[in-house]
Amino acid sequence: MNEALIAAFFVFVLASFTGFEVINKVPPTLHTPLMSGSNAVSGIAVIGALIVAGPRDTNLSVILGLIAVILATVNVVGGFLVTDRMLQMFKKKEVKV
Amino acid sequence: MSEFLPTGIQVTYLVASSLFILGLKKLGSPATARQGNLWAAIGMLLAIVATLLDRQVLNYELIALGLLIGTGIGAIAAYKVAMTDMPQMVGLLNGLGGAASALVAIAEFWHLLGSHSTISLDANISIILSVFIGGVTFTGSFVAFAKLQGLISGSPVTFPLQQPVNALLLIGFLVCSGYLLVVPDNLPVFLGMTALSLLLGILFVIPIGGGDMPVVISLLNSLSGVAAATAGFVVMNNMLIIAGALVGASGLILTEIMCKAMNRSLASVLFGAFGGSAAGVAAGAAGGDKSVHSIDAEEGAMMLGYARSVVIVPGYGMAVAQAQHAVRELGDQLEKLGVEVKYAIHPVAGRMPGHMNVLLAEANVPYPQLHDMEDINPQFEQTDVALVIGANDVVNPAARSDSSSPIYGMPILEVDKAKHAIVIKRGMSAGFAGVDNDLFYKEKTMMLFGSAKDIVAKLVAEVKQL
Repeated sequence: MNEALIAAFFVFVLASFTGFEVINKVPPTLHTPLMSGSNAVSGIAVIGALIVAGPRDTNLSVILGLIAVILATVNVVGGFLVTDRMLQMFKKKEVKV
Repeated sequence: MSEFLPTGIQVTYLVASSLFILGLKKLGSPATARQGNLWAAIGMLLAIVATLLDRQVLNYELIALGLLIGTGIGAIAAYKVAMTDMPQMVGLLNGLGGAASALVAIAEFWHLLGSHSTISLDANISIILSVFIGGVTFTGSFVAFAKLQGLISGSPVTFPLQQPVNALLLIGFLVCSGYLLVVPDNLPVFLGMTALSLLLGILFVIPIGGGDMPVVISLLNSLSGVAAATAGFVVMNNMLIIAGALVGASGLILTEIMCKAMNRSLASVLFGAFGGSAAGVAAGAAGGDKSVHSIDAEEGAMMLGYARSVVIVPGYGMAVAQAQHAVRELGDQLEKLGVEVKYAIHPVAGRMPGHMNVLLAEANVPYPQLHDMEDINPQFEQTDVALVIGANDVVNPAARSDSSSPIYGMPILEVDKAKHAIVIKRGMSAGFAGVDNDLFYKEKTMMLFGSAKDIVAKLVAEVKQL
């Protein structure tokens, strides 16, 4: 294994631990928004898609990348907006009480 | 791919990663959740803008078009979707994320193949993992979507020799992968490996029934994160690895919470095909001559209206009938009569984590009236009437008393301890677990048969006349 890969593994493992720590003890009310919000974050694949769709060629690699850009963008935009819509409902109700 | 990206881009990625972590942290508390979502969204925007500045990215027109199309579809879907359809929406989005990760890996493979350079072992392993996890997430999520949307049967789909067939396909996948590690540039084997991954995703979700969906949706959510992280290894990008790992971890936590709420291991959810095997037991047990007390809406309204305290227990039936607004109205009317109204929420009620909370929030049920299982269970003994709306297994006392029951040991809402229970149900069919429910045959349980929405609307009308 080369050095870059080792470094990438460090990042992966540490980020996983961070995720466990940050998201522990979430109240059940927020389970759905947490899921759809983190779902939107997993649309980060859009970055990988942008990189592979980057070259100014028209080969299969770029075309697949562009399809991935569209799918991941739907994931990102849809995920964040729908989470906001849900949380807005929660907010409205708290003000009323 | 070990290009040195300009420092500015890396610093922006660092800021974006921090925003993701802080955003997820804030999503964990009701007061800051909305802000947390916004922070995560800003992090995403920064990450995308930074990537567009990368000197490898030159294909601006087409990329802009792709981003525009994706944004349009995403925005329309987010505003059009009904709150009752939320589980499908989350399932669908998970699938798209998984598909994107797999496509990134396939595109990278094609790129490496075309460049005639040797594909290193590291890159090869990353690509195979990314295609596998992304592919399974993609097809698995779409099967989950189809089940939730009612496009295919929501009950477990089983066929003879299911486990051996699955095992054979998995072995096929492993053989293909092993071959690719030795001979990386074999396109047919790569395509075969991809097809097997997609097929495994379908077969992995198809035997899982509707009631286990909260576990499956959380697990797919986790997988979509892991898929993004593996895609990060493919293109060697820390941003992808960090965000993917965060989502993978959070999805895993939710999966564990859901499993615990059903007292089942993840393995038994994935490979148990509940319902199917349990049905035989239930049919035998239901043989006795047990009778139920059926009442009409007028009597139900009298019981509710003259009670001091009522606990409403919503379940998937309420979601299917879209009865949440009628239920809120009933709650309001009862409060006008001086009845104390509470809602009891079981962690796995519905088809995804927190499903009932979202629906009741949409109907403007005040937050303090919603109670968790641990919180409400000790209160049932002082409750005059427990009103069960379209819930079944989560209120089945057999989980507490009958060690032979398939759901034995699952934490339940102890509705049978209330002075009276009214159960709104379409018919006498068993719940998702295929188990007969003793609660329905108890002396103090009254059954109100019909669609949740109609019955609750009738109850509202009757209560108004009291």
